[in-house]
Amino acid sequence: MRNHVRFKGIKKLYIALIFIFMYAPIAMLIVQSFNKSKSRGHWGGFTLSWYRSLFTNADIGQAFVNTILLALLSSVIAVVLGTMACICMSRMRKTPRTVMTGITNIPMLNADIVTGVSFMLLFLTLRIQFGFGTILLAHITFNIPYVILSVMPRYRELNPHIYEAALDLGASPVYAFFKTVLPEIMPSILSGGLMAFTMSIDDFIITHFTAGAGVHTLSTKIYSEVKLGIKPEMYALSAMIFLSVLVLLTLVQRGSNMLGVGGKED
Amino acid sequence: MNNELIHLSHISKSFDDKVILDDLDLVIHENEFVTLLGPSGCGKTTTLRIIAGFETPDRGSVIFDGKDITQLPPNKRQLNTVFQNYALFTHMNVADNIAFGLRIRKQSKSYIEDKIAYALKLVGLEGYEKRSVSRLSGGQQQRVAIARAIVNEPRVLLLDEPLGALDLKLRQDMQYELIRMKNELSITFIYVTHDQQEALTMSDKIVVMNQGYIQQMGTPEEIYNEPENAFVADFIGDSNLFPAVFLRDGLISVDGAEFPCVDKGFGEGRAVDIVIRPEDVELVEAGEGTVTGEVTDLIFKGVYYEMCVDVAGREWVAHSTRPCPVGDKVGIRVDPFNIQVMNKPASEDEEAVPTNE
Repeated sequence: MRNHVRFKGIKKLYIALIFIFMYAPIAMLIVQSFNKSKSRGHWGGFTLSWYRSLFTNADIGQAFVNTILLALLSSVIAVVLGTMACICMSRMRKTPRTVMTGITNIPMLNADIVTGVSFMLLFLTLRIQFGFGTILLAHITFNIPYVILSVMPRYRELNPHIYEAALDLGASPVYAFFKTVLPEIMPSILSGGLMAFTMSIDDFIITHFTAGAGVHTLSTKIYSEVKLGIKPEMYALSAMIFLSVLVLLTLVQRGSNMLGVGGKED
Repeated sequence: MNNELIHLSHISKSFDDKVILDDLDLVIHENEFVTLLGPSGCGKTTTLRIIAGFETPDRGSVIFDGKDITQLPPNKRQLNTVFQNYALFTHMNVADNIAFGLRIRKQSKSYIEDKIAYALKLVGLEGYEKRSVSRLSGGQQQRVAIARAIVNEPRVLLLDEPLGALDLKLRQDMQYELIRMKNELSITFIYVTHDQQEALTMSDKIVVMNQGYIQQMGTPEEIYNEPENAFVADFIGDSNLFPAVFLRDGLISVDGAEFPCVDKGFGEGRAVDIVIRPEDVELVEAGEGTVTGEVTDLIFKGVYYEMCVDVAGREWVAHSTRPCPVGDKVGIRVDPFNIQVMNKPASEDEEAVPTNE
């Protein structure tokens, strides 16, 4: 009995340690974003001025617009391409399908730096002007696997006769797809899209290698600012990015939970 | 009296070099209840899918009301399908499911409402319009699937093992419901099943299929009482299926014992198969029958007792309302009319294959 109690104590301590290691840096960041003093070692009192100056900075405003635009465009395009890929892949025979699934999974596991440098080389070789377009292409590419990962299982478990039933009732193939198949897999598409959106906002390395001069997203902006010296505004910005990603991930989780319940009902 | 509605003419179909249908020829008349019956893999579902337009035959043509519709896509055909697993649209309620086909045909709102009400009444689900289909039981989903098909007033309703997922009691109820609906709608039903009881209960015409070939076509009585080969005899109901010798017109011999029969013209001394239904095997006092054997098994089946009788090493199955205790010596007598003589299978395809259905 005593042993059990002691063991429980150790378990709690262990969990506490893990959380401290994981979140202490972020907690530090958030605390510093409210620190009036520019010196990191010294607490100069609470202030919101870093947040205030953040919102009045035009460069950061532009970077914010770029980030959101990239995330929106790349996730929407990735959703369309990824869903189409799922439909084609699930019609394949088993062996090619397994190979294709493996191939689409590799970019997710590949080191971002490798993906980033490869994109840079590719764009250089093809003489494509670096800028918003190249970042977008790169983001679409690394987002597609997340969409496939989310949509594929749902599409595979979809009753194939649903599409045939719609045809049988007189629907054209296009009408049948949009009226019956698409609504059935919509939850997984939304959750995949949200995941892709988050990944796009989150990305630094690949963006860094494909952006070229002049175009910034929030993450590359923070990097270049912090390189030059201490900028507490960047702490504030990082804290806000952390919070928004947290919110997005919670939404994705909620979405896929609801998906799970829907699946049980069938 | 009825016109020819569908003619499947010399249909062949293979998947990955596996022959599913081989030169199938089938005529279906208007207002007929036709059942395609056979074990899994016999080609019955493929036949149905070819009629519906989901598969295109490799060879042969589908004639519908005099027109060749072999290449016509499913959405242009005047028939509707009830799928095995219902295939309801789960994101729509009952009324929207039923209205799906009518909305595509751009029917007026009031027409659609009338039709939904009529269809729900026909399948016994009045007042279910706003229910979510995923909240319905299997039997209710089945009824919605039927309602969704029939509101489009198809000339033919195709049903692919529609009762397969239901429990026995519900299945029997639905069999009567389907017969009632067919009579009320007076349209052609083409029904696929592996359940011989279901086929015998509902059909005007049964098409027994095995390994891509039609084994026999006929009314339920013909199929049951006069099976043309060992496969049909074995697949439809319990049967005593024995090799025999056709001695001359009206006389056969089983394991040396002579039985009078009514069949003629098989050729003297030819090897044949015979089938005797268990309910046609009469058990009498030992010595009074044509042959004598010993009861080896007695099983109570509800309406009747099933007894296995060993006659010189061959097992006869008899059904009777009077039990004979195990170990008793009994005589066996068979009315000549109840012995069905069949030709030995000409090819491997017609052989009786064991089925686990």
